[in-house]
Amino acid sequence: MINEEEVRYIADLASLKLSKKEVEMFSKQLSDIVDYVEKLDELDTKDIVPTAYTIPVKNVFREDKVKGSLSLEKVLKNAPEKQADQFRVPKIIEED
Amino acid sequence: MKLYKCSLTELKNMIEEKRVKLQDIHESISYRTTSTDPKIKAYVNKNEAYNIDELDQKDYKDTYLKGLPIAIKDNISIEDINTTCSSKMLEEYIPPYNATVVEKIKEAGGIITGKTNMDEYAMGSSTENSAFFPTVNPWGKNRVPGGSSGGSAAAVAAGMVPVSLGSDTGGSIRQPASFCGVVGLKPTYGAVSRYGLVAFASSLDQIGPLARNVEDIALMMNVITGRDEKDSTCVNREYPDFTEYLKNDVTDMKIGIPDQYFDIEFDQEVRESVLNAVEKLKKAGAKIERVSLTGAEYALAAYYIIATAEASSNLARYDGVRYGLRAAGADNLEKMFTETRQQGFGEEVKRRIMLGTYVLSSGYYDDFYLKAQKVRTLIKNDFDQLFADYDLILSPTTPTTAFKIGEKRDPLKMYAADIFTVPVNIAGIPAISVPCGFDQKGLPIGLQLMGAHFKEEKLIQAAFSLEKILNLDIKYPALK
Amino acid sequence: MDDKYETIIGLEVHAQLDTESKIFCSCSTEFGSEPNTNTCPVCLGLPGTLPVLNKKAVDYLIITGLALNCEIASYSKFDRKNYFYPDLPKAYQISQFDLPLAKNGYIKVETEEGIHRIGITRIHLEEDAGKLIHEGSIDQSSGSLVDYNRTGVPLAEIVSEPDIRTPEQAREYLNYLKKTLEYLKVSDCNMEEGSLRCDANISLRLHGNKKFGTKVELKNMNSFKAIEKALAYEQKRQRKMLENDKKIVQETRTWDESKSKTISMRGKEEANDYRYFPEPDLVPLEIDERWKKDIEDRLPELPAVKRKRFIDEYNLPEYDADVITDSRDLADFFEDSVSEYKDAKVVSNWIMGEFLRLINEEKMAIEDTKITGQLLAKMLKMIDQDVISSKIAKTVFEEIFYTGKDPEEIVKEKGLKQISDQDELESLVEKIIDENPSVIEDIKNGKDKAVGYLVGQVMKETKGKANPQMVNKMFKEKIK
Repeated sequence: MINEEEVRYIADLASLKLSKKEVEMFSKQLSDIVDYVEKLDELDTKDIVPTAYTIPVKNVFREDKVKGSLSLEKVLKNAPEKQADQFRVPKIIEED
Repeated sequence: MKLYKCSLTELKNMIEEKRVKLQDIHESISYRTTSTDPKIKAYVNKNEAYNIDELDQKDYKDTYLKGLPIAIKDNISIEDINTTCSSKMLEEYIPPYNATVVEKIKEAGGIITGKTNMDEYAMGSSTENSAFFPTVNPWGKNRVPGGSSGGSAAAVAAGMVPVSLGSDTGGSIRQPASFCGVVGLKPTYGAVSRYGLVAFASSLDQIGPLARNVEDIALMMNVITGRDEKDSTCVNREYPDFTEYLKNDVTDMKIGIPDQYFDIEFDQEVRESVLNAVEKLKKAGAKIERVSLTGAEYALAAYYIIATAEASSNLARYDGVRYGLRAAGADNLEKMFTETRQQGFGEEVKRRIMLGTYVLSSGYYDDFYLKAQKVRTLIKNDFDQLFADYDLILSPTTPTTAFKIGEKRDPLKMYAADIFTVPVNIAGIPAISVPCGFDQKGLPIGLQLMGAHFKEEKLIQAAFSLEKILNLDIKYPALK
Repeated sequence: MDDKYETIIGLEVHAQLDTESKIFCSCSTEFGSEPNTNTCPVCLGLPGTLPVLNKKAVDYLIITGLALNCEIASYSKFDRKNYFYPDLPKAYQISQFDLPLAKNGYIKVETEEGIHRIGITRIHLEEDAGKLIHEGSIDQSSGSLVDYNRTGVPLAEIVSEPDIRTPEQAREYLNYLKKTLEYLKVSDCNMEEGSLRCDANISLRLHGNKKFGTKVELKNMNSFKAIEKALAYEQKRQRKMLENDKKIVQETRTWDESKSKTISMRGKEEANDYRYFPEPDLVPLEIDERWKKDIEDRLPELPAVKRKRFIDEYNLPEYDADVITDSRDLADFFEDSVSEYKDAKVVSNWIMGEFLRLINEEKMAIEDTKITGQLLAKMLKMIDQDVISSKIAKTVFEEIFYTGKDPEEIVKEKGLKQISDQDELESLVEKIIDENPSVIEDIKNGKDKAVGYLVGQVMKETKGKANPQMVNKMFKEKIK
């Protein structure tokens, strides 16, 4: 069961603003999904090594060489707000 | 014969033999799209950047694709063309670079006709999650085309383009291919570069082709596979010429039928159609045996942990700072972040971000994510063991044929549509969906063949044979 | 300094690794470029882009680990650390969580209280974030500007064990670390440019207590001096609180240089739930013995070893050895000179005197000077052979320093050769005797020191070129 307080905590971690209705809905739906995925407990995985990579590849590198960067025009083309060739963001107030 | 109805291979041959002008092909395709797409809504954005009149003057003589048309799912980056992922978040975003597959297609002389509709950020199985509009299945106007590559499947099925590219994280190529009566292949993880594919779940995503026949799939695989120095997970190896495997021969091919998959409750007509195909393969000389495999429901459970966890991280970058939507009026950073993400993402995307964030959050990692990664090991080992003895494993692609638009509201029910396709992504193996019949409503049924890592050629050979054996008369869907 | 409480300090150092290109893309790492000019789709975190690891960054981390007596991991991987901030384009930092490249090292530092061993918990590789410039102060700012040039510069995070007991030890630890990284030439350790940054954890406990007290994290110290001062301040503050039975709050405090105090950042810190998970876009690292050995072979002599050798081998006083081994370039310069001019103390005097004076005056890096050890040795031999006087040698030295010219050539060009011709000097000496009868009188009356004045007059006349020993002798003989 994922209660509404937990939903709000998760939303906070995910930087998502949720309406009260969404909080209620996600509390129910996420609980249902989590109930479903708990099916995995039926499998014995005690001595199993987790798989993060399905391909047997290791040590992929690039050389330490500088190649051209993007033109400033292209860097900033999609910027919602820019100033002095930089991306502008609203003030960072850190609330208690 | 109308040119738009021709396959990519047929068009390629005609061009090579100078039986047709490139211009005529594109005109036919364009005409078909103009008349059909308003009903299907497969495209989010048609590429207006190329001029059909100028095509013949360009020299595609020595290229592999000869200037022929290809549609691309809207989560694959093309320089200077909007890449929206069918999300409000990226509606205005214009990438300054090309995905590696786009580079490869351009080098091969392919012409990109446009970007196809999809479930937002590839999250969904119906293309109803597009923030712009749902795409309609050409086989029934109240039916979904499947998803998330619904636009790519529908465009091919409706004859708007001979081939397209989709992406497949849990079935997003194969399931819409099945629903739309076309062929779709999800390559081995690492066979095709992901550079430029907007990430949903990085350890599962693969780009792959959709076409109206297996031959075209082989052709496209020749173009898109191969090492890319921009993608560390793209494997450095030699790929065969896949068209060499277009042989009508399944003699002595060993194909496993997993009991656990057929024990699942699913549509009877789908079951009969798939089993009928199995009988025909047997008659053609294939050795078919029942095998045992970890239940697909476990793969589905692991999938919804791994995919959402990775997605929650991959989709965190949409914060309104550098590109894409920014919520208007937010007077501080925190508000700007949370409101941008509230306004930019649709409900399904939010749900998955929430789930993914939850399973990774402090105290839950071991219970969910780690556990899912361990189950992933079990599933992968299972497949590996089977493939030591079997060439292929066969199952339905989907439990049902195309469902009605608006029919599935409950997320868990929607997720269950991926039950047969998801294990493939979890194990990183390749799989192909080929049409194997129709239900009584006239909706296409798909059959899935799964292969060992980097054994796409076997999939192509068996699928090509099956196509010949079944010899389905796939008419162009009526749409009227 | 205090018997009741023991101070426990741990340090977290971030050192920028001095590679040409960034850790995951080919953008330049150059400091001071125009904002956002060293950025590309990868380091801007544009949708669809992927990281590819810079091998040199891994090599640099391994050599650092070896120099700090760490175990090098045979298997390592990268993880994502998820948090939102405008300077972090992907909203996750690619870092290393449970499998750092190096761990379990130590260094030994010397303070007045003796030699102290400080453990190094781990060293891991990660990417740097961008830079935020606030309009006005952070509290009153109406907005901030983001420059992503620094995003993706490779960082080594070096975490110490809580083995440090005094602020002095902390300073010595940092000095040692800085010197080592400079010797390895893996980081320029420039705190002003932010290429070396340090956070500290500090707590107090009663002597004999096994349990650690509540720790406070200190940030924003911009020099080693600031770190020492902040730790001393915090030590005092916490002691006072404990003595008054007040509870220490676990928090982050920032060092305010202007007020010389630490200030609580409470409420400005989010709960740290970083949701680490393995970075699926990068493949694991396997460091075999051969790779390790290759790097081991490249390990230079480290400062402490070199210092001891300089004392033993060259009979240098400890002070000289300290100064000269402070930088690898300086030590190399010294050894180059000594290989051709055997009196090490004379070489040391010139290096500590004239050479460092010019370096400091010009604010130059040693590697940018034109002088070589061979040239210095040659000049010193010219002094010994009375070709030039020690005084003139200073002029010659400066000339070599700026131009890198051969001292012989300089002496020839500028006519700086010492006058040692008996006849020429005698006539000069006689001239001075004639001009200074009263001084001669004084000397005859026993004021021997006045000879020096006369020698000075000859030197002045010859612009320093006269051989002072010869002149001195002549005066003494003639005035008897």
